[in-house]
Amino acid sequence: MLKQAKSCFAWLLGLSFTSQFALADDVKRWGVNMTQGVTDVSREIYGLHMDIFWWCVAIGVVVFGVMIYTMIAHRKANGAKAANFHESTTLEILWTVVPIIILVIMVIPATKTLIKVYDTSEPDLDVVVTGYQWKWKYEYLNQDVSFFSSLSTPQDEIYNRAPKGPNYLLEVDQELVIPTKQKVRFLITANDVIHAWWVPDLAVKKDAIPGFINESWTYVEEPGIYRGQCAELCGKDHGFMPIVVRAVPQAEFDAWMNKKREAAAAIAEAAKQTLTFDELYAQGEAVYQKHCAACHQADGKGIPPTFPAIAGSPIANGDMRAHIDRVLNGGQGMPPFGEQLTPVESAAVITFQRNAFGNNTGSELQPIDIVNFKQGL
Amino acid sequence: MAGETEKANVLLSAKLVALGVAMFAFAIFVMPPLYDVFCEITGLNGKTGAQYQAREITVDTSREITVQFVATNNEAMPWVFEPGVKSIKVHPGQPVDVIYRAVNPTNRDMVAQAVPSLVPFKAAQFFHKTECFCFNNQPLKAGETAELGLQFIVDLDVPKQVNTITLSYTLFDITDATEAKVAGNNRAQTP
Amino acid sequence: MAHGPAKGITRWLYTTNHKDIGSMYLWFSFLMFLLGGVFALVIRAELFEPGLQIVEPEFFNQMTTMHGLVMVFGAVMPAFVGLANWMVPMMIGAPDMALPRMNNWSFWILPFAFAMLASTLFMEGGAPNFGWTFYAPLSTTYAPPSVTFFIFAVHIMGASSIMGAINIIATILNMRAPGMTLMKMPLFVWTWLITAYLLIAVMPVLAGVVTMMLMDIHFGTSFFSAAGGGDPVLFQHVFWFFGHPEVYIMILPAFGVVSAIIPTFARKPLFGYASMVYATASIAFLSFIVWAHHMFTVGMPIAGELFFMYATMLIAVPTGVKVFNWVTTMFKGSMTFETPMLFSVAFVILFTIGGFSGLMLAIAPADFQYHDTYFVVAHFHYVLVPGAIFSITAGVYYWLPKWCGNMYDETMGKMHFWMAFIGLNLTFFPMHFAGLAGMPRRIPDYNMMFADWNMISSVGAFLFGAAQLLFLYNVIATIVSGKKATDRVWEGSHGLEWTVPSPAPYHTFSTPPEVK
Repeated sequence: MLKQAKSCFAWLLGLSFTSQFALADDVKRWGVNMTQGVTDVSREIYGLHMDIFWWCVAIGVVVFGVMIYTMIAHRKANGAKAANFHESTTLEILWTVVPIIILVIMVIPATKTLIKVYDTSEPDLDVVVTGYQWKWKYEYLNQDVSFFSSLSTPQDEIYNRAPKGPNYLLEVDQELVIPTKQKVRFLITANDVIHAWWVPDLAVKKDAIPGFINESWTYVEEPGIYRGQCAELCGKDHGFMPIVVRAVPQAEFDAWMNKKREAAAAIAEAAKQTLTFDELYAQGEAVYQKHCAACHQADGKGIPPTFPAIAGSPIANGDMRAHIDRVLNGGQGMPPFGEQLTPVESAAVITFQRNAFGNNTGSELQPIDIVNFKQGL
Repeated sequence: MAGETEKANVLLSAKLVALGVAMFAFAIFVMPPLYDVFCEITGLNGKTGAQYQAREITVDTSREITVQFVATNNEAMPWVFEPGVKSIKVHPGQPVDVIYRAVNPTNRDMVAQAVPSLVPFKAAQFFHKTECFCFNNQPLKAGETAELGLQFIVDLDVPKQVNTITLSYTLFDITDATEAKVAGNNRAQTP
Repeated sequence: MAHGPAKGITRWLYTTNHKDIGSMYLWFSFLMFLLGGVFALVIRAELFEPGLQIVEPEFFNQMTTMHGLVMVFGAVMPAFVGLANWMVPMMIGAPDMALPRMNNWSFWILPFAFAMLASTLFMEGGAPNFGWTFYAPLSTTYAPPSVTFFIFAVHIMGASSIMGAINIIATILNMRAPGMTLMKMPLFVWTWLITAYLLIAVMPVLAGVVTMMLMDIHFGTSFFSAAGGGDPVLFQHVFWFFGHPEVYIMILPAFGVVSAIIPTFARKPLFGYASMVYATASIAFLSFIVWAHHMFTVGMPIAGELFFMYATMLIAVPTGVKVFNWVTTMFKGSMTFETPMLFSVAFVILFTIGGFSGLMLAIAPADFQYHDTYFVVAHFHYVLVPGAIFSITAGVYYWLPKWCGNMYDETMGKMHFWMAFIGLNLTFFPMHFAGLAGMPRRIPDYNMMFADWNMISSVGAFLFGAAQLLFLYNVIATIVSGKKATDRVWEGSHGLEWTVPSPAPYHTFSTPPEVK
């Protein structure tokens, strides 16, 4: 019956779906229930959810059953004569006590699960999760590995200029990788406003609050990719900061970790090299298109007054240190890019900005200058 | 009769207005400090207490607790800010000294405030800071580097289940606020 | 005193007559209902399918914020104050409200508050975009400049509500006809008495919280900023200390309306009158100690989490008592289903469904999965739309013949009901599924797995919106050209308001009635 109704709806609405959804066959549609998830805790929570749901159904059947019966049987049109009773102590005590008993039955397992959720002791791995407007930063505590993770869905898909992929809005450039069969503790905080880190399959949802730290944990048994989203309104792109967790076996995790460290070392190494002006300019143009063009526009003209032009800008044509300061540290409404861009990228984009769009300072910047700047030199 | 009702109305309204005013005052003047007290008792938000006066020192060498240090920069705070060590093992009762390193890489003088937060919450009231840079504003001149000291003792009575304590500092840029020195901030600074 | 209303616009500007002011409240709230509805339809149109089609995320956030604020403070609350203005004096046999001049004031500052709020839409930086719950620091450090106007608008609304509440309490406690003891008062009067106390207790807290925001934004304090020793979580505690009683402010008078209508059309006295009164009072009391259940994921110590979970679940008990009482009132009655009764029966069923999802949300561990998803959106819309909106609609149909002397068109009323009923369920029921499947609230775009439910919701929303236009037409047609109504109006109606002629004369009960 329900299935029929569903397919009926699907058919009715099908016409308008065709264009975007033709490619999204592997999308799970018509999901009606909470995920059971992939951890002990998530399954327990699912169990609680179903228990309380069935209690509600049971109470609903009784209450609505009586209601529907009385609406049919006690109609004036059917010649029903009104009785005149208006109280019954027995009844009233009964329907106060019975709900209390049901509540107590529910409260016991709920309390047990809650205690479990709160037991963050003895983790095998700690990950610091920091919410930013509008991306996440993951830092593996004591591992010297940290990176940003932001939405990788292209703007063309969002603005309906390209067909949407199956993980539309639920895909990121760098996933959070965690080992399976290990207790992973998340230390959750935020950089600007309140966010909430939520992965339904792990049943972890915790607010990320600027200035304060929260904790949660998970223990994933099976490898897999688990997707979630920010769950607390955090401004314009609240809907565009997904979370992707990839759980892999310990050995694979270690290998990944080594690769990450090597990559970090490579970036540090790259920062020591000297690039030619043309290399810097070419790289800088790519970085500009990726990180700057959304606000300052591809032609460098900006959208004044909110997004000032780079062309002819006093900063891009003025003191070099002030320019570095603005790019790395932000200011006047611009977010800081110091943590997101590698020294090579920063040097390149600054060089580009100082020599493109009619800016003609002729100055160039090497990655080592950025490293030194960050150290206060 | 009518006059009496009117009098009663005025009296009752006056009482109700007083109730409203009292609730307004309650929201602004009572709830925030009450909340702070509540936080301190329960460790809510991992707020740690004020400066602690060490009593006689006994060290419980039978227990070992891992203390981790985390540093976060708030928003556009450009300083380099990191703990000297990421984690150490300590015995309850033992005073421990650690440092955080801060660099102001910009070309302007700035003032920062570090805000501590600690998990698990239930450990917050057992984590005593005898010295902490977080008690004060921290000014740094352009390009200056500083080592910020912190001395703490984990209480002997720390609950048995607690074996890891994570202390997080978030560094806020308060240069503008200190320059403005605006009057009216009547809230005590929670160290 | 026996003169009629003044002529022209001054009648409405200077009036101190509870019936005039009641009408103005009701018309104003309907206007706000349409405005908030337009905002809702913008949201639903954008969410009709995945991708960004109609509005940008920034504007989408302004719409969700304004929809919430306008519906809560502009539509629901003034509508109930309007009903109270009209009905409370007539139900207790009073000639007017206790403080008629303040009554005029408390209405007339409202249009200014909402004009100010609506004007933020045209300001640079846009309208408030931080949700109707305006969590700091999104609403302080990161807010658009219009936040200051929002704060003043909230202050004015608060002042209006508090004045209205004082007036209602004074009327109920001091103006009852001889013989109208407290336990003889109709339940609508009782629920409003308790609601008014809630208003006086918590609207100042709302004023306090926005004042603290104002000081943080403009005067350098740091109540809600960690940098200066404050705490953004404090905001949430203060806000929800106001916010939870606020939800009961929006539902308790609805209980009163339904408790008047069901006995009328069941032709049988209300079952368990006394327990209804006590249940209302306990709900009001409990509303002060459950606020943090809105904050289960904020990171509370486990003891706090458990306390708020238990206290919240306890609310199910008095609420259950009410539902059981209504059902038992219907049981063995002699029922007819005119439009007010249809809305009331729908109220009982759908409000109960909203109560069920509320009970589910109370289970703290499960709330980790529900929190801030569409499941919550479904929950509170199930409580507020069939709860507040349906009961107000039922009340309007029920008392309209008394107000204007004409009977509404029953067929059109029933059509309105079925459109609204189907539209509502189409809109909000699928939200349960979308939420459980993992869709967060307040997002302008979503993955295709939520697409089907969202499309149904959007279709339902437009149907629900159309139903309200029919309502408007029906009400106007009734006033202009409805058939003459009798004084009693309904066969099963009881109470003082039905003893006066239809339409109710400009002044009623100038000499107090006898109450047996």
